[in-house]
Amino acid sequence: MKYFTKAYWLQLSSPKTFYPVAGKWIPLFWVATIVLSLIGLYYGFFVAPEDYQMKDSYRIMFIHVPTAWLSMWIYIVMCIYAIIGLVWRTRLSNMMAASLAPTGALFTFLALWTGALWGKPTWGTYWVWDARLTSELILLFLYFGFMALRAAIDDPQRAARASALLAMVGVINLPIIYFSVKWWNTLHQPMTVDATGKATLPEAALISMLIMTFALWAYTFAVSFMRVRNEIIENEKGSAWVTEMMGPKK
Amino acid sequence: MIEVLRWVIWRDMTLALRRKSEVLTAVLFFVIVVSLFPLGVGPEKNTLATIAPGVLWVAALLASMLSLNRLFADDYNDGTLEQLIISSQPLAMIVFGKIMSHWFLTGLPLVLISPLLGYQLGLDPDSIIILMLTLLIGTPVLSLIGAVGAGLTLGVRGGGVLLSLLILPLYIPVLIFGSGAVEAARTGLGVEAHFSLLGAFLVGAMILAPIGAAAALRISLD
Repeated sequence: MKYFTKAYWLQLSSPKTFYPVAGKWIPLFWVATIVLSLIGLYYGFFVAPEDYQMKDSYRIMFIHVPTAWLSMWIYIVMCIYAIIGLVWRTRLSNMMAASLAPTGALFTFLALWTGALWGKPTWGTYWVWDARLTSELILLFLYFGFMALRAAIDDPQRAARASALLAMVGVINLPIIYFSVKWWNTLHQPMTVDATGKATLPEAALISMLIMTFALWAYTFAVSFMRVRNEIIENEKGSAWVTEMMGPKK
Repeated sequence: MIEVLRWVIWRDMTLALRRKSEVLTAVLFFVIVVSLFPLGVGPEKNTLATIAPGVLWVAALLASMLSLNRLFADDYNDGTLEQLIISSQPLAMIVFGKIMSHWFLTGLPLVLISPLLGYQLGLDPDSIIILMLTLLIGTPVLSLIGAVGAGLTLGVRGGGVLLSLLILPLYIPVLIFGSGAVEAARTGLGVEAHFSLLGAFLVGAMILAPIGAAAALRISLD
């Protein structure tokens, strides 16, 4: 099996090899996104029992919690790619970092928005300046800063390295978001599921949340692979294989 | 290494003091912004005292951010920065010296003028002392964090606006605990926790920020 050799995986770090492979995976990730979201939302809306305190309004959790998780995870993954690009100067990892940022910003925004919609019926207000909300808002600004810095520098190598350094500085915010509900006495409720796996939820609700998380991961991969293919074409536009691929379609 | 530090500070101070108007700009900005608030919000004493901690801190934050552009820009334009980078001395130490002299020229004047502005906004004497102390600990953190952003945006189109987008989110913790301490003092609560955290920011930033800024300069001048 070629998938079990180190050479196969190392080969994927070349933009030329990765371009067709990513193209093959994109439809699979889209299918996974649609199927998993349908299952997850079905579980969330029809199988999970009504909450005795929050009634049906808590069901927004099945979108709110996964987007909030992913907003932080994508930042970490983006940062890892950026560091790999900074250390080994691999072009593809820089492109991956750049492709993940818009999706991360989108999920951060969605986490804030769904949180606001959930806050209205439960807290009586769309927005409070508590630690969790504020630090999540800072995360949104960090994504914007990362994208803006990248866009402002013309030289792609310098843009990649400068934004990688910025991403590393911004990582400091992540533990603050994650632990904010423990460190400060805030309005935001404590974590319903924490890293050790203890959950304070009905099983169906937990299943729905996990399935939705996987659906959003599949979505993340689908769109970032699409973006990274564009990045590859744009960055390698002078090279022989791109010219050859684009050639006959005049 | 201490020798290098002393040399960089002496050099930057001499250069800056020969163009005094630039040094004064940040302080004047601080004074004017703070003076705008009584005009905008109205001269009601209680309202002004309530918003004073936040207003003073936000104005100090903006003033120190506006002056960040000059931290490396002059040396970058005349080529000195490249010489500093290829010198045999550790770049992080040189950068640390530059940040320190930057703080002496823009941060320290803010600290010294803040009691006057605090009084203007109707803060009581105890809160004014706390305000000065928080600014004394907080403004070096601002200069240190800002240096990383200034290094990254060196020679970039629209660098000034971009710099604020990169740096202001990172300034937020300092703002929260700085103005929080003044607010706590004003309402008679304990301020030790705020000071401990500000001190922790300062120590952390002193160690990490010069290294980060040095890396940023190496990327910008690559």
